[in-house]
Amino acid sequence: MNSTPVDAPPKPPQPATGFSVIGKRNRKVEGRRKVTGQAIYADDLVFPRMLHAKILRSPHPHAKIKAIDLAPALAHPGVIAACTGKDFPVPFGIIPWTQDEYALALNKVAYVGDAVACLAAVDERTAAEALALVRVDYELLPNVLTIDDALAHDDDAHKVNPFAKHGNISKQVTLTFGDVDGALAASDIELEQEFFYAGSTHVPIEPHCAIGVPELNGVITVYSSTQVPHYLHRDLAKVLRIPADRVRVIQPTVGGGFGGKSEPFSLEFCVAFLALKTGRPVKILYTREEVFYAHRGRHPMRLHYRAGMTKDGMLTGVKSKIYLDGGAASSFGLVTTYYSGQLLTAPYRFPTYEFDSTRVFTNKPVCGPKRGHGSVQPRFAFECMMDMLAEKVGMDPIEMRRKNFIGDHVRTVNELRVTSNGFLECLDKVEGASGWKERFRKLPFGRGLGVAGSMYISGTNYPIYPNDMPQSAVQLRADRSGRVTIFCGASDIGQGSDSMLAYVVAEELGVTLESIRVVAADTDLTPVDMGA
Amino acid sequence: MKELLTLTVNRETHTRAIDPASTLLECLRYELGLTGSKQGCDKGDCGACTVLVDGEPTLACITLAHAVAGQAVITVEGLARGAELHPVQDCFDLYGAAQCGFCTPGMLVSAYACLEKNPAATVPEIQQALSGNLCRCTGYTKIFEACVKAGQRLQEEGR
Repeated sequence: MNSTPVDAPPKPPQPATGFSVIGKRNRKVEGRRKVTGQAIYADDLVFPRMLHAKILRSPHPHAKIKAIDLAPALAHPGVIAACTGKDFPVPFGIIPWTQDEYALALNKVAYVGDAVACLAAVDERTAAEALALVRVDYELLPNVLTIDDALAHDDDAHKVNPFAKHGNISKQVTLTFGDVDGALAASDIELEQEFFYAGSTHVPIEPHCAIGVPELNGVITVYSSTQVPHYLHRDLAKVLRIPADRVRVIQPTVGGGFGGKSEPFSLEFCVAFLALKTGRPVKILYTREEVFYAHRGRHPMRLHYRAGMTKDGMLTGVKSKIYLDGGAASSFGLVTTYYSGQLLTAPYRFPTYEFDSTRVFTNKPVCGPKRGHGSVQPRFAFECMMDMLAEKVGMDPIEMRRKNFIGDHVRTVNELRVTSNGFLECLDKVEGASGWKERFRKLPFGRGLGVAGSMYISGTNYPIYPNDMPQSAVQLRADRSGRVTIFCGASDIGQGSDSMLAYVVAEELGVTLESIRVVAADTDLTPVDMGA
Repeated sequence: MKELLTLTVNRETHTRAIDPASTLLECLRYELGLTGSKQGCDKGDCGACTVLVDGEPTLACITLAHAVAGQAVITVEGLARGAELHPVQDCFDLYGAAQCGFCTPGMLVSAYACLEKNPAATVPEIQQALSGNLCRCTGYTKIFEACVKAGQRLQEEGR
């Protein structure tokens, strides 16, 4: 299957003219608050009579919970309330088809750090002290710690996630585009290599924090350092078993997310539940250690590639087999599994392609989406393949990447639509600025120069659950003072979406930025936003 | 057992009953309501809690509150000159050096200490001064640019 042209090439982009706000160097709408220490993040919020809660975490990677005795902890002076997995019998999950985790562990723990019970007390130190008084009776189960462990065992004792349909398989996808085997057989050169990516995590500088505040008429407001207020709203209603109109989620200023705050976590369910139970505001602030347990970081992957090339350096076919180490639940893993194969097909032209990706469950913290979701690990491996192929063909690595450029206004072998494409200009600039021709392979021992290309999809406009509502929406309110208020559900976590809204509205309405207010990411006030 | 502590923060004096085990960061954030300084790692690794103690950048999350009695503490809330931003604050805003903003208070305090000592600090000197402050959003480029521009403004002001 060849890359086929789509759309007539448009006119070259022209510099924006006639704009008064867009294209200028504007300050961010919240910039001054951030440089004076006035921006309010979740842990900066304090409410009268507020309690602090802490979560007890599993010391075992895999164990049945036979009994939990909360009585000694509840008798500790200053401890007010507690909850366990039995209070949250409804499972949830960010992807509707893989709702396979609980707010607190129900019947068994599946990784070290899995959340087991939660105590609310008059202050954080008291809650932390009382955790040591909770008695949990565990029965240890065999551990599944690696991809090979997961594939080797499909018996019940080794089953990491009880919702898995087959053994420890989380998701398996195979897609074939053209006759790859034929193309590889006809190639002048074939290369076969295996790679391993060890995984990594987001580490936003702000740890996760949430506060549940009970309001009138059984309404619960949850302030959370979340990237996804709308999905959190839905899952709170589901897991707490209360109507969605009783739940309000407010996103304060968020101190970074990078994908690590893209789904609900134990703390949000616990603060909401304990606030409703005690009638008092309840806060949980994760320690840095707990942020690593919450995780949802970039999957470890074992990647096996075969690629064919003509002797003059043109790719003929690529075949990949990937195993993803998913940890104990699905998170966004269904998407990650697709992305691990689907996002490799540009900026180089693949005449034929096949991928086979399998995500497995292991007794480790759950992996999910992180910056370049699903594409970074295969990209690392494949760019190494490109360098090795360049060596085999005897071609400069930049020259070989130029030669295999997919072009602009084309579709990839797997039908992704590429519009404008500046890859060649980019390579030229990199070659010039790095002093490539003078320095490549001429640096002293231990120093090197390398190049890689990549791509990512944008504008997928694909909601996490099927529905016909707009992906995002904006409401505007102009009042007689001349002020314009923008209401939008978009989630500004530092990327500047609040400022973007203000600039566009100021430009369109012809008002100054100073007369604009942005109200964002409050599920009582702003339209639903499905995320990017 | 809490003990009385008198702290001078941002040129104002406060007296509070503070647990001897309380960190300066806890005291600033939860006793004095100065929530500008942030808790990122709580272990002295990330620098989001950086404040000045007698002019020296100090990690408030691993400093006991009682240990700084009698010393002058400056937090991010104390960098502005009244309503007028310090040049380093204004340049962070203007040059996009604050994205999510969570590292920004500590980053600003470290940059302020560096540039107040030497407004002509070079980029490597600025990098050295900010080496204890982690940022996950920016990749640091814009932070260094903002510091250089702020240093130029301080020099133009004749400092």
